[in-house]
This record gives sequence, C-alpha cells and structure tokens, in this order.
Amino acid sequence: MKILVCIKQVPDMESKFKVNATGNWFDETDLAWRMNEYDEYAVEQAVQLKEQIAEAELTVLCIGPERVKETMKKALAMGCDRGFHIADNESHLKDPFAIASLIAGYAQEQSFDLIFTGMQSQDRGSAQVGVLTAEILGIPSLTTLVEFSYADGTINAKRELEGGTKAKVSCSTPALVTCQLGLNTPRYPTLPNIMKAKKKELISTSVAELNPPAVLIDTLQVSPPEKKGGGLILEGDPAELADQLIKILKEKTTALA
Amino acid sequence: MKILLVAEYRDGQLIGTSSELIHFADQLGAENVMFLVGTDSALPSYNGKLYLADAAQVGEFNPKVHKQLLLDVIAKEQPQMVVLPHSSYGWDLAPRIALALNAAQISEVVEIKEGNLVVPACNAKLRRQLKAITDTCVVTLQGGAFTPAEDPSGTPEVIKVDSAATADIQFQGYEEAAATGVDLSKAEIIVSAGRGIGKPENLEIIENLAKALKGEYGASRPVVDAEWAEQSRQVGTTGQTVSPKLYVACGISGAIQHLAGMKKSEFVLAINTDKDAPIGEVADVLAVADLKQLVPVLTEKLNAL
Repeated sequence: MKILVCIKQVPDMESKFKVNATGNWFDETDLAWRMNEYDEYAVEQAVQLKEQIAEAELTVLCIGPERVKETMKKALAMGCDRGFHIADNESHLKDPFAIASLIAGYAQEQSFDLIFTGMQSQDRGSAQVGVLTAEILGIPSLTTLVEFSYADGTINAKRELEGGTKAKVSCSTPALVTCQLGLNTPRYPTLPNIMKAKKKELISTSVAELNPPAVLIDTLQVSPPEKKGGGLILEGDPAELADQLIKILKEKTTALA
Repeated sequence: MKILLVAEYRDGQLIGTSSELIHFADQLGAENVMFLVGTDSALPSYNGKLYLADAAQVGEFNPKVHKQLLLDVIAKEQPQMVVLPHSSYGWDLAPRIALALNAAQISEVVEIKEGNLVVPACNAKLRRQLKAITDTCVVTLQGGAFTPAEDPSGTPEVIKVDSAATADIQFQGYEEAAATGVDLSKAEIIVSAGRGIGKPENLEIIENLAKALKGEYGASRPVVDAEWAEQSRQVGTTGQTVSPKLYVACGISGAIQHLAGMKKSEFVLAINTDKDAPIGEVADVLAVADLKQLVPVLTEKLNAL
C-alpha cells in the first residue's frame, strides 16, 4: 500500500504579524516556523495506518523554500519513510488550485492508494487544497475527519459537523482524507527516531520543472484588521489589575450582585 | 451580475445560513437564484427561484451527486458567482464545484470592500483582499459575517431538479453529541480556559475563578483536544454556543470558531498576554497579563469580598 501525507510549514500563530514590503503576505523576519497543526494529525493518522498495514510505504510531501525541510524532518521522525520536497521560494504567491495541481501531478505519477492532508492550513485556512487534489485525481475525498479506520480497501470515518454532531461516512480507496484537530494524539518524535530520520530519503525537485498552472486569484492587499475599538485595555501588576477588574465587574455587570 | 446561492439542510432541518447568503447577494446588488438539497416541508424564506432536489432521494450528504445537480443548474442559469456557507457542508462541496468550472474559489469571506472580497488569515491577525481572475468564481461565507438586520421574507418559486449521478462515498447517518456533562448554554457566568493555561494542572486556576464567581468553567477547542477538559465544556462552533451575562476568556487568543460561540455574551472580560489577540475584538475589557499570575489574585480578592 502506498500512502502520501501532504504537510505545510506555517509560522507560529502566536506571533505578531507584519505585512511584507510588497504588500502581498506577511514579513518573515523573526517568525518561528512549525508544522501546520492540522497536518500533525494527518501525519499521525498516516503513520498509524502504516503501522497497521504490513506492506506499506509512507511518503511525506511539502511545498516551499529550503526551510520547510526542517518540518519535513519532523514528519520523517514521526514515522514517514521518505520525503518529496517541491522547492519553491514563491509558494506563498500560489493559490489553492496551483498547490493542488502540484500535489496531484506527483500523486498521479506515484499512484498512491491513500492521501492524507490537514483539513486546512492555519495561515490561509482555505480548506480547498485536499478536496481540489482529489477532484483533479478523480478520486473520492472525505473531509474534516475526527475518526478514521481502514480495512481491506475501505475507509470508515466520522466527519465533524457543527454543534458537536458527527456524520458517519465511508468510501473505497484510492481516496483522499482531510484531517480535523482532535482526530488522534500526534506523537512527539523520540531522540532515536530524530537521529534515524536524518538518514531517510528526502528528495528535492525544483517547482520550475513541474510546470505549475497560473494562479486564478489576485491578491490585491494584505492588512491588519481594522481595530473596532470600544474595548478597554488594562495593563499593570496583578494585584492592581485585580482591583480594577472587580470595580468594573461591580459597575458594568450583575455578576457580583 | 447573477449569483447562485447554495442553501444548507441537515437531518430534516433547513440550516439558518440562507438569510446570510441572501444578504451577501443584496450587498453586491446582484440578481440571485437559490439551490437546495432539502425538502418541500422546510423551505427558506426567499423571494426568488429555488432549485430544489429531494434530500430523501439524492441523499443529504452526497457531494458527488450534489455537485452534478449544481452543475446542471449552473449550466442553465449561467451565474458569475456561486456562494455557499463556510461550513462543514460548504467547504466540502465548494472546491468540487470550483474545479469542475475551472473557477477560482475564495474561502471564508468576511467583508466586501470596494467590490472585492476580504478573507481572514493567520488566526484573524491579517486580512487579505482578493479578486478572482476567472469569469466565474465560487465563494464561501464566514458564519455570522453577513447576518441581515431583518430576516428575509417571501415564498420561493420552486423548481424541482434531480440527477442520475452515482455516489462515490456512502453516508451512514449522524451521531449526536453525547448529552452528558454540563449545559453551558444555561450558565449566567462562564470562565473559559484557552491554550494559554499552558498545562492541564492549571485548569484548576480557571475552575477556582469560576467557583468564586458562582459560574461554570468552559474551554476552547485546543484545551478539549488535548483532553485537559471534557468535550461538553467546549465553547465554539463545534461545541456549545453561549450567551452568559459574563464571559471571562482566560488565555484564549480568539479563533473565529471560538468567537462564534461566545460573542453574544453580555459582557466579555479577556485575560491575555497578547494585547493584539483577536479576542480583543469582542472583549469589553482586555487585561493584558499572564493568567497564571492574575487569575489566582483575582480569585482570592473575590473570595474575600
């Protein structure tokens, strides 16, 4: 069985974001990079499946500049067998269709039985790339999964809907699934596995060789949200702040009545 | 411009997002028609043409068949834009339509600015203004971003549609959230813990403040996913929607899914180390502080009152 998991490297979302000089995305200065949180669940589920199936090979794919290899090494240390890196210094200028086309091009050539992706990225959050990839490949896709099992060519899963309801769904492989937070408990790579990961295959191919399609979306402007104002911002030492807050709660709410 | 609005239906009920779709089309001043896989007995209030497929026949959740039904309507109506809610139904279906039409898709629109569409990025810390280059585009709308002041009225002109397309996935029914645990929707005071609590042991700090305020404690999604709190405590789109008199958000940055679940609270106090955190947008008061220092002091002072 051939399995692919697609991951993205994103900045730590707790960071402060500044718009870059060209005004089309954020400035990368001082940002710390990590694996997109949704993709951690995708990698974990793919590794669990690989452990379940005797003859399985698991490839991790990532698109982006040289720095994304660090995130790919984490996926290799979590248990992926090999890495395929599409080297692209301008991946942030691509739209979901261009990214999905690149993934689908590689997947077509490799004939994977099952593809895992996160349900969305934390930075762009379009929730498109997984479904678009499956549609380009002409295979079924199940999205927003919070439960997953596989046996004999059939996936049984639960999709998360609004209000805590889940939908029970199934399909046959080849297929693509997109993973929601809470699907499993992503493992921390152990030191021996981090060492082993350094010896695993990690091939880089330049995006220019893969002929990505032109984008379908223009980015006109990136800006911080307009401050709606209104809210009072308080700073100070804890004891003073606590006194101020109690005063406000007494005046503005009935909570202490 | 003509827009096709895709309404949503689940388990015998029309989902209330159709009014937001209509309001979005009105804001663009666009002619519009609607599509729904649903039933005759739960029609949206709408003054216009409604293409209706019977959910009992084509399946409530059946993306490949819903796609084909929509493509048939699109071929007939030739809209320049197809609009869906950014929900588990909409974000699943929208890319399928976009790819079939070779159309750009713009996800989770929160605002129309100078005729262009604005979407959030990086946990709502940035906004991107986007424009589709393709002649047709597919759009999903963030829940609550286009709520009209008044609900629409009218009875739609129903046109029944059907499709012979076959499914590629099987839908086997719903599993409702476990009814056990707390009903936060009835609580008058809620103190919620976010990722900022840092470790499970610190949940006690939040519980103690909730006790001092005679309220319940809640949690954001990351805290529940990490199994530091039970699922019934989760506030947000996939948890409970609450509207207490006082909501205290401790170490919660304010992801849109969380805000959607608590922004109707009467008074919001946020405690966060980051004064630019999106929770500040809905907070009446934002105390810029480490909750692990401030909350125990606040609890002690409240208990001494």
